[in-house]
Amino acid sequence: MAAETSNGPRTSAKICGMGHSMKRKEDPRFLQGKGNYIDDHTLPGMLWLDIVRSPIAYGKIVNIDASKALEVDGVLAVLTGKDLEAYNLHWMPTLMSDTQMVLPTDTVMYQSQEVAGVIATSRYAAADGVAAVEVEYEPMTPVIDPFKALETDAPVLRTDKEGQEDNRIWHWEAGDKEATDRIFDEADVVVREKMHVPRIHVASIETCGCLADFNPVEGHLTVYMTTQAPHAIRTVLALVAGHVGLSEEKIRVVSPDIGGGFGGKVPVYPGYVIAIAASVVLGKPVKWIEDRMENLQADSFARDYHMDAEIAADSSGKIRALRIKTLADHGYSDAQAAPSKFPAGLFSICTGSYDMEQAYAEVDAVYTNKPPGGVAYRCSFRVTEAVHCMERIVDTLAHKVGKDPATLREENFIPKEAFPYHSPLGWEYDSGDYQAAMDMAKEMIGYDDLRREQAEKRERGELMGIGVCSFTEVLGAGPSKDFDILGIKMFDSAEVRVHPTGKAIARFGTKSQGQGHETTYAQIIAEELGLPAAHVQVEEGDTDTAPYGLGTYASRSTPTAGAAGVMAARKLRDKARKIAAHLLEVGEEDLEWEPGTFSVKGAPDKSVTIQDCAFAAYTNLPEGMEPGMEATNYYDPPNLTFPFGTYICVVDIDRGTGEVTVRRFVAVDDCGNIINPMIVQGQIHGGLTQGLGPALFEEMTYDEDGNNLAGSFMDYLVPTAVETPAWETGHTVTPSPHHPLGAKGVGESATVGAPPAIANAVVDALAHLGVTHMEIPIRPDRVWEVLREKGVAI
Amino acid sequence: MIPPQFDYHAPGSLEEALGLLGSLDDAKVMSGGQSLLPMLKLRLATPANIVDIGRIPGLDSIGEEGGYLRIGALVTETALEENATVAARYPILLDTAKVIADPLVRNRATICGNVAHGDPANDHPATMLALRAQMVATGPDGERTIGVDDFFHGLFMTALAEGEILTEIRIPAPGGVGGGGADGAHHGGAYLKLERKVGDYAVAGVAVQLALGDDGKVTQAGVGLTNLGMAPIRASAAEEVLTGARLVERGGLRGAFSKVRDAIARAPDADEVIAAAAQAAADATDPVADRRGSVEYKRNMARVLTGRAIAKALARAGG
Ligand SMILES: Cc1cc2nc3c(=O)[nH]c(=O)nc-3n(C[C@H](O)[C@H](O)[C@H](O)COP(=O)(O)OP(=O)(O)OC[C@H]3O[C@@H](n4cnc5c(N)ncnc54)[C@H](O)[C@@H]3O)c2cc1C
Repeated sequence: MAAETSNGPRTSAKICGMGHSMKRKEDPRFLQGKGNYIDDHTLPGMLWLDIVRSPIAYGKIVNIDASKALEVDGVLAVLTGKDLEAYNLHWMPTLMSDTQMVLPTDTVMYQSQEVAGVIATSRYAAADGVAAVEVEYEPMTPVIDPFKALETDAPVLRTDKEGQEDNRIWHWEAGDKEATDRIFDEADVVVREKMHVPRIHVASIETCGCLADFNPVEGHLTVYMTTQAPHAIRTVLALVAGHVGLSEEKIRVVSPDIGGGFGGKVPVYPGYVIAIAASVVLGKPVKWIEDRMENLQADSFARDYHMDAEIAADSSGKIRALRIKTLADHGYSDAQAAPSKFPAGLFSICTGSYDMEQAYAEVDAVYTNKPPGGVAYRCSFRVTEAVHCMERIVDTLAHKVGKDPATLREENFIPKEAFPYHSPLGWEYDSGDYQAAMDMAKEMIGYDDLRREQAEKRERGELMGIGVCSFTEVLGAGPSKDFDILGIKMFDSAEVRVHPTGKAIARFGTKSQGQGHETTYAQIIAEELGLPAAHVQVEEGDTDTAPYGLGTYASRSTPTAGAAGVMAARKLRDKARKIAAHLLEVGEEDLEWEPGTFSVKGAPDKSVTIQDCAFAAYTNLPEGMEPGMEATNYYDPPNLTFPFGTYICVVDIDRGTGEVTVRRFVAVDDCGNIINPMIVQGQIHGGLTQGLGPALFEEMTYDEDGNNLAGSFMDYLVPTAVETPAWETGHTVTPSPHHPLGAKGVGESATVGAPPAIANAVVDALAHLGVTHMEIPIRPDRVWEVLREKGVAI
Repeated sequence: MIPPQFDYHAPGSLEEALGLLGSLDDAKVMSGGQSLLPMLKLRLATPANIVDIGRIPGLDSIGEEGGYLRIGALVTETALEENATVAARYPILLDTAKVIADPLVRNRATICGNVAHGDPANDHPATMLALRAQMVATGPDGERTIGVDDFFHGLFMTALAEGEILTEIRIPAPGGVGGGGADGAHHGGAYLKLERKVGDYAVAGVAVQLALGDDGKVTQAGVGLTNLGMAPIRASAAEEVLTGARLVERGGLRGAFSKVRDAIARAPDADEVIAAAAQAAADATDPVADRRGSVEYKRNMARVLTGRAIAKALARAGG
């Protein structure tokens, strides 16, 4: 079920601009198995890379003996850190200006770390080679607990880093500490909750991989790889491998169809670099495709924030201040993919949808013997952690002052008149109408009836809970004054070319991984140019042809590249207007624009179509005009966008087993003006399911020796259709005042908003027993422990 | 996820298969491959030879014959799910098949393979314990029948000798057609599994099969437990608690297998008996703490599920 959106289409169904639920142009090939993913690529003479990985979390490498591996039929070479050291390629920078090993020369820092690369003529021979490499380790005691990592007697893990005297990576803070503390000192009510948003892992259907093809004659490198940011990767390759002769004009990165990215395909993983190094050394194409266990055990994780949060309020529950102290476990390297100036991402959005006087947030990041990270898993850089924290503790406050959690939220919402709103932690929220989303959500789910039902059930001893979450997102990174990655500003780009017959190709600096860019972008161009979306071919991902951009993550594609598409299309429309005036022999100011057609004011039968103008751009130009119909725009957004929503969830708890059933889940989102309602709904559905995962199932855990306890889908529990409730979605529309289409980006709202809604529902079911918090994932055994402790387990 | 090298053999007859198993070094039988292939890919099993019995004709039959439900070596979970006799007369088997893995796996996985694998996390062993099944093993010297209680020896260990193939599982048929057995019994069974998500191995699984007389007294009880110890467990003490107890009011049972499914009238102290049996089942477990939960949790889940499975079995016996 889906409630209606309010921005209706302006264009005809034929043009299919904004507001039309156009079927996705990419789906025929995906649904017929005709997508072209990394592993579909083969080249003549292609070799295979497979990787030897560390069985221990921390230790010295005493010896690597490859002799038996080299005897395996088909094995050609075994690459170690020492081999790469000869080229100074054994370490690489992370996007956060930390460093990470490609292959170790002497020490392994986490279980499953890459130790050696085996190159062979087939995937099978490579795997046999891996099994035959003998590595001798001298294990050391790992640091697994991030709190222990900061204790004075903890061994310093990054002895490779000059001046590193402990395991702290950085300290970050935002807000006025003193002013915040003052409010806490005098506040009527203070609530506090410690919570962990646990380490989780992206579980894209397609794992990571690449096919590196170095042409030794021309010094040209082509890398087909699973990357969300091909242009940035090309630049990084040029920067880190310039000294071995790779030059940016001779590097081509191609990101073909990508089977899900979710942030996990932003970083550069050692496997890519080993494959490239092997191709350069051997002069042959080398393919590397990681398997599921490698993906889960070695690639960048997400989240892992330990938060200690407090709210100061007056006795009526009016929030006055927020204070959060956070410990961030980054594994052995800070391998996030966040904007350079934001080590804690956009965590300072933690004040959320609520107006308050002050806030102060701090994060300390530490090294541990775990895989490096963390990526922004379907989230605009730590927004998930921030929202979980705020939306959980707001419920604690409601509980404390004896108010309904929805009411308490409403009483604290930033009022609609207050936008643009300056948050205490420095954001300028562009627009919002939180009450509208709350009203719609309550109405859709029948909130008051549910509360009545809950009261009756409590009488009978049944456990049912209702959870509310009113989140505010911050996305579309970002304005160049604040946002860059490795110095490169976080603009994005579009290049639109209309052919003589009125058909177009539009290329973007982003890269779809399943979001439907080929459709959404075509609709954006259609909206602005009046060409049918069906006639707009969208291309991304090839650095040789697409304009430079920073890629797709953090819900930034529509806010940045989508806006660039609008601007480029508007340039073309302006040019077309001049051509139309020429064709109709009138002045430009005498023309009227209806999507697809210029007509003479007052003489509507005198008109030309956009297609006529395109043809004329190649055949019949006004004098002095540059031929062709092509425009480019690099869009530097003036601000971020701030989508929001209210989610309400109803759960039932089995008192025998502790199982939680999500009975209903209503998600009302406001992502501004909607381009393709069907795609937006799909994004919400997918995001909600990826929020359900960490709320109830997913967690990457380690034992005290650093062994990964969830290294396969047997224990890393990703929800399936069976676990997924029937999502009910609705929309309010509060356009972004600064985005040229009034759109805001929607890819991640649901992942961010769902976990606290579910957690709040479970806590709500148990609130009358005195429960104020449950750590996620809320596993049945965890719930059962609480039921037993409270004496209600049966 | 890449298996090591092995030689693959696809015999066309049982004799040929037994011959290969007798002559080849380090050979392993493969039926559905749904446990064996993952082990190969993880290089947890590295047999030199694989003898795929999947193409041998005649091993895929399922049906009642001579007082038994006979399940051939190549009967898949899907075939079991789609079998009308199973649906009508052995709902416990249908319960079990439905909670194993996913439809893709079930299309290939066999019941015999599930049992032969000797994995206490597999679901069919508990059901077979509750149903008091017999395992027919065929080796170079012919057939022998092994009672289910003698079959499971420990983690991945069974009574099957090297070179033997589990060719059939025989389950005693509930006596008589259309209702009470020779002894006038009413039969009902159920398998309940607590899993973290669909397709997961059990946190705890409980199989209960009951026979009741017209007087509402239990004449035979079978209780088997999944993933609660190093081998599938028969909860004998729970069976003893149930056997002879009156769970249903006299006359409270209609003809078994009738379509009417309303609540049956429980005997006055039935709830206590069921609770005692459930506790006895919990006491029979020896679980380990892992990501599925603590020892405490698993024991309690054995208790909770046993109680619920008995109730479901009763409801089925009652009509
Ligand atoms: C994703 C996934 C999830 C699963 N989840 C569950 C689950 O929830 N519950 C569950 O019970 N099972 C589960 N399984 C296991 C599945 O049911 C297995 O297929 C089954 O346990 C073995 O049957 P098979 O025919 O595939 O046997 P195979 O994999 O072919 O063989 C398994 C073992 O038994 C031996 N063997 C097989 N057949 C015979 C025979 N006739 N005689 C002698 N030895 C034989 C083999 O040598 C091998 O050692 C799952 C499997 C997968 C892949």
